[in-house]
Amino acid sequence: MTQTTLTTFDQAGFDAFIESRVEPDWLLSMRREAWQHGSAMQWPERRHEEWIRTDIRAFQIGKYGVPTGTDGPESAVTDREQVHQLLQDVELAGRIETVDSQIVSESLDDAVAQRGVVFGSLSRLSETHPDLVRKHLFTAFDPDEDKFAALHAAFWSGGQILYVPRGVVLERPVHIGSILSEGGTDTTHTLIVLEEGAEATVLHESNGASANASGLHLGAVELIQKPGSHLRYVNLQEWGHKTYNFAQQKASVDRDATLQWTLAAMGSMLSKVNQTVDLVGAGANSQVNGVMFTEARQHIAYHTLQHHKAPECRSDFLYKAAQQDKSRTVWRGMIKVDKEAQKTDGYQRNDNLVLSNTSRADSIPGLEIEADDVRCTHGSTTAKVDEEQIFYARCRGFTRKEATRMIVSGFFQQIFDRISIESVREALAAAIARQVREYE
Amino acid sequence: MTHVLKIEDLHVNVGEKPILRGVDLTINHGETHALMGPNGSGKSTLGLAIMGHPGYEVIKGKISLDGKDVLAMEPDERAREGIFMAFQRPMAIPGVKMADFLRHATTNVRRPDRKEGEELIPMREFRKELKDKMSHLRMDVEFARRYVNDGFSGGEMKRAEILQLAMLQPKFALLDETDSGLDADAVRLASESIAEIGQGKMGLLIITHHDKLLEHNPPEFTHVMLGGRLVETGGRELADELHEHGYDRIRKAYPDAEAANQEMLAEEAAV
Ligand SMILES: Nc1ncnc2c1ncn2[C@@H]1O[C@H](COP(=O)(O)OP(=O)(O)OP(=O)(O)O)[C@@H](O)[C@H]1O
Ligand SMILES: [Mg+2]
Repeated sequence: MTQTTLTTFDQAGFDAFIESRVEPDWLLSMRREAWQHGSAMQWPERRHEEWIRTDIRAFQIGKYGVPTGTDGPESAVTDREQVHQLLQDVELAGRIETVDSQIVSESLDDAVAQRGVVFGSLSRLSETHPDLVRKHLFTAFDPDEDKFAALHAAFWSGGQILYVPRGVVLERPVHIGSILSEGGTDTTHTLIVLEEGAEATVLHESNGASANASGLHLGAVELIQKPGSHLRYVNLQEWGHKTYNFAQQKASVDRDATLQWTLAAMGSMLSKVNQTVDLVGAGANSQVNGVMFTEARQHIAYHTLQHHKAPECRSDFLYKAAQQDKSRTVWRGMIKVDKEAQKTDGYQRNDNLVLSNTSRADSIPGLEIEADDVRCTHGSTTAKVDEEQIFYARCRGFTRKEATRMIVSGFFQQIFDRISIESVREALAAAIARQVREYE
Repeated sequence: MTHVLKIEDLHVNVGEKPILRGVDLTINHGETHALMGPNGSGKSTLGLAIMGHPGYEVIKGKISLDGKDVLAMEPDERAREGIFMAFQRPMAIPGVKMADFLRHATTNVRRPDRKEGEELIPMREFRKELKDKMSHLRMDVEFARRYVNDGFSGGEMKRAEILQLAMLQPKFALLDETDSGLDADAVRLASESIAEIGQGKMGLLIITHHDKLLEHNPPEFTHVMLGGRLVETGGRELADELHEHGYDRIRKAYPDAEAANQEMLAEEAAV
């Protein structure tokens, strides 16, 4: 870094940030409101249930600059094609690449664009399509959830929107690739809106400039699904291993719409993600497939909520996590069923495979049910890799490492079996296989 | 050159506890040996020690394959050298398909110098071979898509072990009660399959409590284990005698070994 003073997340930083924005007034006033609110908010404390297991005392936001929007780094990584793993063997309808949440390239098939699909920089489209953005922005996301959310609401930058009009089916996926440069900040806001009967597949992956890169991701995802729409959203998170990752990810799924949300959290030093699926219309159906795989001293925490607000909805959340070295994962899941949400079918499960004596998995399932005619089940398991399994495989010619890798992939297989996109299955399997180390 | 698996004065402990107390056994390629003995006498322990199970500590003695020191090898090196054991209790590996497991195993064993990450044997070639072998063993092809031993019945597990034997074609195979848990028809099928796959083509060490398997695989040598030692070796007639009359004569003839056996059983009960 050549700068002597960093423009960071303080009043001066906010003023400079606002100064640098070329944005409509409504958006600027949203930011001001969020900043006013957020700057007054306390940082979360450890005594809060949500933060008991996630220690952020070492996190200093002053070390990270606010995105200035204009002088974004040209390219943090020389070969971006190499970095992205969800691009293999897929033909795309559109593509966005960002570095430190600034868009460096965007494209969308003409034929698709002609059908009214909008895919591109959220900042840019806030100007060119203000009504569209204004109508949906922050309808699922809650800027008041905590200080991180408020800061995101004030400082979000770049970001992307996918809007699919009524009845339009995107045959091919779109891809979003985000890269964080060494020490950089990413405050990406992802907004996906599917109108009635629309269909889309979104492949979204995040990478650090290097495996060990530091940085800050203060992000949010909003998935807004109108009745009868179908969305597959895949999120592969491989931030550098010195990166802090705070994110709020929310979906709102309306009547008879289906959502398949697949996520793999492998990167970052510390991640705290709040993931919510609101089922807001009768017959909505959501499936979440979550993979967490940690190593070294990584800490990845997912707080998930499947909120049934309407009758006859389904939610099926499966998280599988493996921990090696001194790493730790936290999964805290909640199925919430409102009084109106009769005939709810809710399922949540978290399985853990602890790969070393010094790693740890916390698993806290929960139910909060106000309706009386529902079926909700939850479960969690934690196991170690069995030496007898390893020996058995070695007797068949597998090296210890091959055996461990196979057993770990086997553990995740149940998730792969649920993923309906082959290239995603393969990319995830490869990412997992790469991460498995040798154990003695 | 015929291959030779040679075990000399083998002593094996589990923790502090002596289990094998001096075992000598030489198996030549092409020979069939039966290993019999009462429960808890140490038969499975011998197999696991030959494979290199980390919980079974060799405190004395030698194991060699064609003069090479087997004890210096990792379990997977032993497998690649051509030593195979069909487990009395095979392990389940959930999420790993039988076919994928076998393809990797077969590649490693057939190409002992293969490095991690190198190509596996081509899918088509492998599938064809697997399908042939499975139909020979009268196994449903669906079986290959199931997860390794996961939710298998006792009989299915044993048949899966035989399938692995058929695919891996080892020089020496230790079959630990590959006939137990099978119904009468399945025992016959298993016995015939083993004869077809192994007889004369490998050195076989068959651990069994029943006579059917040996009927189809008549042993040139029968060894009786008691208290962690091979107390008697004979021909086929010794196996027949034990099947008919049990171990009373042996127990009386070798009181020291019998005492050791009782001691191990008592300790086992105390745990
Ligand atoms: N992993 C182990 N831990 C503790 N004791 C063991 C272990 N493995 C074997 N033993 C003990 O060693 C002795 C021999 O066991 P082993 O399984 O080799 O007998 P076996 O002859 O195969 O018996 P069976 O006919 O019942 O299969 C028994 O007393 C058993 O309890
Ligand atoms: Mg046994």
